[in-house]
Amino acid sequence: MTLHRDSEDMSQMDEALEQTLRDFRSSAHAWSESEYSRPHRPVRVHRTSWRVAASWALGCALALGSVAGGVYERHHVKEQAKIAAAATARQHKLDAERRIENEDLFAKVDRDVSREVPSAMEPLAQLMGDDSTE
Amino acid sequence: MVAGIGLKEMTPAMAGEATRIDGEAAAREFAGIVEAHRPQIFRFLLASTRDVDLAETLTQECFLKAHRNWDNFRGESSAMTWLMRIAINLEKDYWRNRRLQFWRHTRTNSVDLDEASEWLPSGERSVEHHLIAKEKVAQVWRVVASLSGRQRTIFLLRYVEELELADIARSTGLSEGTVKAHLSRAVNKVRAEVKGKSR
Repeated sequence: MTLHRDSEDMSQMDEALEQTLRDFRSSAHAWSESEYSRPHRPVRVHRTSWRVAASWALGCALALGSVAGGVYERHHVKEQAKIAAAATARQHKLDAERRIENEDLFAKVDRDVSREVPSAMEPLAQLMGDDSTE
Repeated sequence: MVAGIGLKEMTPAMAGEATRIDGEAAAREFAGIVEAHRPQIFRFLLASTRDVDLAETLTQECFLKAHRNWDNFRGESSAMTWLMRIAINLEKDYWRNRRLQFWRHTRTNSVDLDEASEWLPSGERSVEHHLIAKEKVAQVWRVVASLSGRQRTIFLLRYVEELELADIARSTGLSEGTVKAHLSRAVNKVRAEVKGKSR
């Protein structure tokens, strides 16, 4: 029964398919006839060889420009990094020199101050000594 | 013998005249071929590419090539089969070149698949039936667009141009068995699409 229904479905399907294919043919014929009977348009002109050559030249120039730009940029960044590194080293050196100078100056000031002025705690120490003797 | 005497007695002027007459006859014959088969070649190329400009260009190229090789046409197959073979080769060359020169054309002028089905004549059908038929035709166009180049060519030659399998085999340069196999696969795809969508 199922088989019978299947074969019936199949034959109906094939009929439908045949009709669809006939319709497809009709649509293709109608479209073609309509386009064919239209006044002929000028045939599309393919791009001439000089245009292709110009496109290639422009493409190559752009590619070359991009590569050259990239190389220049890389070189420029490297140079900048070198200059920055040199400046930093110079700055470090200056800082170190200045630090040494400052330390020397502070030491000198300390020495001078300790030589000219007695210790601030000296009188108090003397007083303490006097109290204990009493 | 009579012919031999005739040839012997033919002067250069007469030979030139005979050549001219032969040439004129060949030109007339070729013009008749163009008139008879141009619509069919154009239709095949249009259905195949869905691009009116391209179909016109390829049709012109087909007849130009046929004209150049007209003397070599020995009539082993029908003129239609011969022309169809040229058209199929031109189309193949076009797609091959297009693949290699992908930078040249970024867009195609192909007509939309649904638009292609708009050309279905309404006939005696009711509006509803006509709409259903149009939808089914659009499905077939979609399947045709998805087929491989060879399957599409064979399917169109069979169901649009109504060529016999032997003629399709001659036009495509394939064996009849191969043509049958390709056609069967293409029809199965169409059947699956139509059946799937109609459920």
